[in-house]
Order: sequence, then structure tokens, then C-alpha cells
Amino acid sequence: MDAALLPNRFQSWFASRGWAPRPHQLQLIDHLTLGHSTLLIAPTGAGKTLAGFLPSLVELERRGKRKTGQPGHGIHTLYVSPLKALAVDIARNLEAPVLEMSLPVRLETRTGDTPSHKRQRQKLNPPDILLTTPEQIALLLSDPASDRMFASLKTVILDELHALVTSKRGDLLALGLARLRRLAPGVRTIGLSATVAEPDDLRAYLVDQPDANKRALSHVLEVSGGARPDISILDSQERLPWSGHSSRYAVGDIYRLIKAHNVSLLFVNTRSQAEMVFQELWRINDDTLPIALHHGSLDVGQRRKVEAAMASGALRAVVATSSLDMGIDWGDIDLVVNIGAPKGASRLAQRIGRANHRMDEPSKAVLVPSNRFEVLECQAALAASRRGDQDTPPLRKGALDVLAQHVLGLACADALDLAATYEEIRSSETYRTLDWETFERVIDFAATGGYALKSYDQYAKLRKGKDGFWRIANPKIAQQYRLNVGTIVEAPKIKVRLVRSKADGRRTPVGRGGRILGEIEEYFIDQMVPGDTFLFSGEVVRFEAIRENEAYVSRAKTENPMIPSYMGGKFPLSTYLAEGVRAMLANPSSWDQLPGQVREWLEIQRDKSVLPTRDGLLVETFPRSNKHYMVCYPFEGRLAHQTLGMLLTKRLERMGARPMGFVANDYALSVWGLGDLSLLFSSGRISLDELFEEDILGDDLDAWLADSSLMKRTFRNCAVIAGLIERRHPGKEKTGRQVTVSSDLIYDVLRAHEPDHILLKATWSDAAEGLLDISRLGELLARIRGRIAHTQLTRVSPLAVPILLEIGKEPIYGEAMDSLLEEAAEDLVLEAME
Amino acid sequence: MNVLTSHVRNYQTAPVCHDIQINGQLVGLHDSGVLWWPDESLLVVADLHLEKGSSFARRGVMLPPYDTGATLERLAGVMDAFDPACVICLGDSFHDADGSDRLPAPYRAMLTTLQLGREWIWVTGNHDPVAPVRLCGETVDEITVGPLKFRHEPVEEIGVERAAGEVCGHLHPVARVRRFGRSIRRSCFITDSTRLVLPAFGALTGGLNVTDRAYTTLFNRRQFSVFLLGNDRLFPFTASRLVGD
Repeated sequence: MDAALLPNRFQSWFASRGWAPRPHQLQLIDHLTLGHSTLLIAPTGAGKTLAGFLPSLVELERRGKRKTGQPGHGIHTLYVSPLKALAVDIARNLEAPVLEMSLPVRLETRTGDTPSHKRQRQKLNPPDILLTTPEQIALLLSDPASDRMFASLKTVILDELHALVTSKRGDLLALGLARLRRLAPGVRTIGLSATVAEPDDLRAYLVDQPDANKRALSHVLEVSGGARPDISILDSQERLPWSGHSSRYAVGDIYRLIKAHNVSLLFVNTRSQAEMVFQELWRINDDTLPIALHHGSLDVGQRRKVEAAMASGALRAVVATSSLDMGIDWGDIDLVVNIGAPKGASRLAQRIGRANHRMDEPSKAVLVPSNRFEVLECQAALAASRRGDQDTPPLRKGALDVLAQHVLGLACADALDLAATYEEIRSSETYRTLDWETFERVIDFAATGGYALKSYDQYAKLRKGKDGFWRIANPKIAQQYRLNVGTIVEAPKIKVRLVRSKADGRRTPVGRGGRILGEIEEYFIDQMVPGDTFLFSGEVVRFEAIRENEAYVSRAKTENPMIPSYMGGKFPLSTYLAEGVRAMLANPSSWDQLPGQVREWLEIQRDKSVLPTRDGLLVETFPRSNKHYMVCYPFEGRLAHQTLGMLLTKRLERMGARPMGFVANDYALSVWGLGDLSLLFSSGRISLDELFEEDILGDDLDAWLADSSLMKRTFRNCAVIAGLIERRHPGKEKTGRQVTVSSDLIYDVLRAHEPDHILLKATWSDAAEGLLDISRLGELLARIRGRIAHTQLTRVSPLAVPILLEIGKEPIYGEAMDSLLEEAAEDLVLEAME
Repeated sequence: MNVLTSHVRNYQTAPVCHDIQINGQLVGLHDSGVLWWPDESLLVVADLHLEKGSSFARRGVMLPPYDTGATLERLAGVMDAFDPACVICLGDSFHDADGSDRLPAPYRAMLTTLQLGREWIWVTGNHDPVAPVRLCGETVDEITVGPLKFRHEPVEEIGVERAAGEVCGHLHPVARVRRFGRSIRRSCFITDSTRLVLPAFGALTGGLNVTDRAYTTLFNRRQFSVFLLGNDRLFPFTASRLVGD
């Protein structure tokens, strides 16, 4: 590729820095000049972001300065990032070359934090390059002046595309892109992405889809891998735990690794793990190395401080969750430690990519499994990394609640012609297969709620005019839309404030005033009574009270928190790694790469029970302290196992096996009860083939879902996104819960009276894909059909120990709410009645 | 099934209520959330909030239009079971003042059928301060029967004569109980045997936890009981067993 593609100013700028433009940077300019939308896949450190902007900078340089009196150009380039912090960071980085080459380019950011006067000015006098987020694009597109604002748009750059497309924000952005293509025909898109399993998904996402049955693809540039990462599994002399996720055993080893490197990034999977590891490291931090903590629940100010300290090189290590996964440059990290299971090969690769931002030097990473099964998982991830295999999820199908939000936004901008709007929406890959009937139902929903009972026509938000176009009924609807835009529905959270304890013997009320430590999900606090202790913000705190939407906590004297964990960022094991683990278990000749303790564990399992096969399902049964246990090993991830556990319990109950509860983790599932499961299975009174029959996903699932709090939570998200109920805006909550309409009640009424309603459909597909993992469960049941091996044991098997140890640590399911109440109500005394 | 056994069965499945005393009067609490006073053949129901869905739809929030139907169907079931001579609706029977005017014809017919052959009293509430239009029944601000006073909003004082024997609604009481790390939140009756607050009966009516400040002017702290609505039974709890939201 010829550097002559670059104007002189650029060539000398590169030269002045001692750089040469990289081939892919020049190729991308070439592609764009020819009008080709392009996906650029490159590892971190390949100058991906600069590559994305170069074509626009070159074009803007050639266009030259606007002459006085000439009308404004409008936005030339839109840059979209999944994080507003990233947009701001990139703008800052981009300002340097623009200034140094004195390019006639004005670039600005627009996020939720941009003051309204600046947003107003941006509409009247748009910058050449606007760096923003999917929500802001939706907002801009709902403006009646959006056609003028985007008429001269030439390029859209989508950063971290692999991350953007995995959520409903990706759906919203896909719809926004479809509209932008209509407002600015010929607009080119650039996708910047890490390596993914199916690049074609992203290529299709980037371009117009004229044909519903055949997908069109963008061009693609792939920068191959740089130096291979240097990954190893921690070889600890300590005893490997059977279960749990604390990795406490390895903290000494981890500390030695931190000491041996300049800057280490320690990734964990959950916030509670982050808290634990951080606390344990400081306990042994005799050299008082600067080690910090970073996770999504911490106060924003505190997080920014950690990020700044990291960037300036003031820290030796940061313990972080996925809140630090993405994008922003953290300076010279020379070691990534992944604590706990990697959960996915691509996930691990992206994390490792955080180390060593220079492409030609290998990133160094150490995997620290926190229990024996995780050793197998780490091993599978290591093998995947050596082969360069990826397991990013396939492209989502566009969600209907997002579509409902989008069509309302379109109507706020301009009168809608349904046929044209349908074609526009369908031209995005995410909604390519949307059928006309569903589209009409979404319009109907946006207009009147979409109910079979047509009683709201007089209140319709969208009305069809005599000219056949649909318009919003009044301007207030546009206001409502603007308050509701976006697809992120936060779980209700409350602030955590540190106060002085009332347990210190003083009889005074809980002290006011301490500092805010961060935010925590309301449902976690819901489970606690005053006096309970838990880890938060790096220390053990004691829950004191709830005061006006704040949880008061004090410093606890204890070192061991009572409440073991709070959720947040638990990912299930990927299908790909699960296969790797099963293959490894089934093949003893591969065990020599495993640590001795793990090898021994598997060998005893082989002697005492049997080993799970690669495609079948091992079911063990054994009695233990007056109960009967069944343990099976599907290796399909926690979510699918939970769903299966719920269904098996129901079915076993009907079959008379008297199950009492179950517990699930990423690898196995255990159900226990009073009935002699060994006897029931071996005598054939209960057939395992029938128990695991695929029809379990039919009626049983339906019956369970009717009252599942999980479905209600999912419904709430869909109802908010679709605009059925109003978003709770922080600080504007109404007081007294009786004023608000609870989404649970709406769900109950809707389910009873209109089970086919479009919002229930949206809820179902959300749950099936996300929290229930139905498709994966379906694949599992199909895979094991006729391959279920029952082994009757007299005692617990080595492989079953980890899951049994989870009982009491993980939530246990299966008891009906009413029976809980019954038990609690029996022993009451009617104080007031006496 | 022959006629005789079916008759016997009906007789046996007469609704079971939880008997309590309010201001010295024995009354029954039912798991549907209504109060039943057998001596007077009187049934009391609070906060129906009919036409709440359409009330929200008017300002662009399209809640399911099935709340009125669902509420009336449940009410019809209760009527069937108790066959009361007199019904008192304890206020907020309609979600707003125009609610009775908006009531769709089929529901109006359904409600009228329920009223047939019964004395029917609409107590006014803050949501429906006026008499419902085109519906039978007497409209009152409050009514006293024997030792009991029926009104929508409770008197915000404890131990005063006016509050003795008060049966009211308005607050939509719910209570939360925690058990084995799980919490259960249900609508409930709340009483200190001087007064009683009924749960809201309407399909789309949320609730206010009984630990909320709003209740402190009605009941002495910790000196009340609640009856949580369950399937086919009530679950009594004392105040000390309850937790806030």
C-alpha cells in the first residue's frame, strides 16, 4: 500500500513522531475512498482507533476550511463507543494529532453528561466529528431537525463493535444506523473489533441488507495477531480447594507475582471476589505496595481516582472486574492475572490483551483457578488460546421492546410511512427477518399498548392521519420518549454510607454523615438484617440500617463476613470451553498436563464411580445423612443448570420422588430429596430417559415461569425499554410505593388475560436467551438422549464433592413460597391481641 | 354426582374466615382480602381502583386494560361464596373521579348484576370523592354499624374515641417476611384489635409496607398484627416479625 494516499501534512506528522503509517491504516483509507464500509479486526496495540479516524481526517483536510459566509457542513463523522468514558478519552487522544497537524477539524463529544446548552449548540452548529453513544444517536434521530443534521454525514465509526453488538444497545444502534443510511445515502461505516468467532456477523451488521433472505457483507481487514501471548496456569504448592471461588489459597503466589512485575492487572469474575482478593492481598502486603480496587459498585469518584493513578503509573496492581475490561489505555501493564475461571476463550483473550499495548511484544498472563474444576477450565482455555480459537456469542436477533422504543422516536422526528419504515428497519442485519405482522403489532403497541381489547384508541400516542402517515398525538409524547430513551435498565440500587456503629455501646442513634462507599443492589440489602456483615469497598462492614434510600454500614471488627457474596458479573461457562472440559475428562491420556492433585482426584473418581463421557450424561445417586442425592454433570453453565434444576425438581415431585431442593454451578447439578432416588432409578420406576426428555421444556417450564421472580424482573426491563412504564430517574422517585404501578402486577394481569401480548413475547425471548439459557438446555437434552448413564453409589463420589460443598453457599431453590410462610407463621404469638 | 352430595359439598365449602375482634365485635378476615361480618351478612371490600388502567392510558401510559375485568371477576367470586345482604366498598372504588363514567358497558352490566338484590354502599375516597354515575347504591362519607365505623381514610390518632372500631382502606398495606434468606412480600390486613385496615382489592394496586412511617400515627410501634394473604389461608404475623422494604 502506498503512503501517497496520505496528504503531506500527515506524512510529515508520522515522520516527526518516528512512525510509519501501518499497512492496514492505509488500506482502510483506500477502502473508504472507494466507498466501502469495512470491518477492521485487530489486536490491541495495532493503532486501531487512529486507523478508524484517519480516513475522515484525510477527507476533512482535503475539504479545507469553511469560508466565511458559507453554510455549515453538518456532521461529517460520527464515532460511537459503548462507554461514554471511552468517547471522552478518544476525543482527548484525537485532539493531539488534529492540533499538531493544524487540521481544519472541530471535534466534540456528546454524552449524557454534556450540558444542555452545549447540546443545543451542537444541533445548530454541528462539529465535523461527533463522538457519542448509541443512546445519544437515538435522541438526535428523534429530533425533527435530524434530517438536516445528518444530511452530509459521510462516515460512522463503531468502536469495540464486538462488545456493542452483544446487548440491546447493539439493537438500538442497528436501528439508528438504518435511519442514518436513509438520511445520508452512501454513508460508510467502519467497525473496529477484537477477534471474534464469526466476523461475518459483524460485517453484516455494518451494511444495508437489501435482501431478507441473503445477507450482504462489508469489506474486512484483518490484522493478524502480533506476538502470541505467554500464558501459564499458576503452579501453586498450596492445596487446591474442592470448591468455592475465593482463590484464597493462591493469594501468596499472586502477591509474589505482583512483586516480580511492574504493573499487574488482576481480573476477577464477580465483585465479591474482587473485594475478597483485595482484602487478602492487603493482609499480607508487608511492603505496602500500592494495590487498588476497581469494580462497578464503587463510587464513581473513587473509580476515577484509581483509573488516574493507574494511568500515571502510581500503582503496582489493580484488582478489577469487567468494569475495567474495555478500551481505555491503562499505561504499561506487564502482567495480567486472571483469577477464577476464564468462562470463555475470547473473554480471556480480550482480558489478556490489556497487557502490553505494543503489538510486537507478547502479553504475559497467569491463570489462577480457584478450584479443581476450574483447573480443567483453565486448561481448556489455554488450549483454545494456543489455537487462536474464539467463542464470542452469535449475533443477537433484534429485541422487540427496543424496536417499540425506536419507532416512537422515529415518529417524534417525522411522520411515519409504515411501509417505508418497515423496509428501513428490515435493512439492518439485526432485524432482517422481522415479519410485517410483528412489525404492525409493535406499531400497535407503541400507539395504544397493543392489546386485543381495543379500549384505548381515544388515548392513542400515535395516530394515523388522513394522508396515511402516522404521527405522535401531541408534543408531550416526544418529551416522554426523551426521558425514556436507552436500553440500560439498572437494577434498583441504593447508596452505601459508612457511619459509626451503634454497636459500640453508645445508646445514640446511628450516626449520620459518613462518606459514601458506593452503590449496591437493593435486593442484596433486602436480604439482610442489622448486624449482618459483608465485604464492601475493600473492608468488612456491618449493616446498620436503611435511612432514606441509603444503607448505613459501619466498620466491622470481624475478619470474616457473614454474608458470603453478592452477585454482579457472573458469566456462565461458554459452550466451547465446556466441550473442552468434557473432552479432557473423557480422555485420561490428556491428564498429564494437569497438576498432580487434580490428576489424583480424577483417578479416584474413575475407581470409585465412572468418568463422564464426552457426549453423554453421567448421573450419580447416593444416600447421605437421611437424604438421597442425585448429581449430574452436564457442563453447560450455571444458567442452564439452574433452569434444568428447577424443571427436574418439578418433574421429580410429580413422579413421587419427594425432592427438597437443588443447587447448580457451572459444571454440575445436584437434586436431593426424601425419596430413594437410587432405587427409583434402578428399579425403573422412574426412567431417566423420561426425566430428561426434551418435553420438559414445554408445560413444566411454562408452569414454573408463571410465578418466577426472574421472569418478572425480565418483564420489568422490557416494559421500561418499550415505554410501557416510566423509568425511575434517580432522585426523582416518588415517595410511598403505593403511588407507582408495580410491574409485577402488570405482568400478572397481562399473563392472565393476554398471554400472547407482544411484551410477554419480548420477555420470553429475553429470558430464554439470557437468564434461562433455554437454547443451550435444549441442545443438552438433545445431545444426551439415549446416552444417560446412571451409577448407583453408596457414598458421595470425588467429582460430586465440589457441588455438594456449594450447598449453603449458593442460593438453594425449590421450596414453594407458601410453605415457607406456613412454617414461619406457625410459631407466632399475637402480641397485640393478648 | 347426585344432587344430595353436591348440596352437601356446597354447604361444607362455605368460606373459612379468620375470626378476630375489632372494638369487641367478632368479624372474619378472608384470604381474598375482604371482611365478612356474618351477623349482619355484611361484606366489606377496600380500594377496588376500577379503571386504573384507563386512567393511566389517558396520560399516555398504556397499562393493560384488563384490571377492571380482573377485579370484578374476583369480586364476583367472593359474592358467590358469601352471598352477602349488604356490601360496603370502602372508598377509592374508582381510580379517579371520572372512572365510573368511563366504565365500559360490559363491566357496568357485570357490576350491576353483582348489586342485584343487595344493599350497596359506596364510601367516598380520595380518588373518588363523588358518587359514581349511572350505578346503583348509596354514597356516604362514612357509615357506622354497631361498634364499627367504616370510612376510607383512618383517623391519624391513636387511642381516640373516633378511631375506636374503625375499619378502613386507603393505605394498601403489605408486609414483608424474611425466611431462609428469601423475603416474601404480600398484601395484608393490619389490626391492633381497635381498628383494622383492609388490603387493596384492585388488580393493579400496589402496596405500602406496614413498617412505613405512614402507619405510625395509626398503630403503636410493634403493637399490631398483620394477616398476609395466601392461597386458601391467611398467615398471621406479629409486628416484630416484619421487615421493611
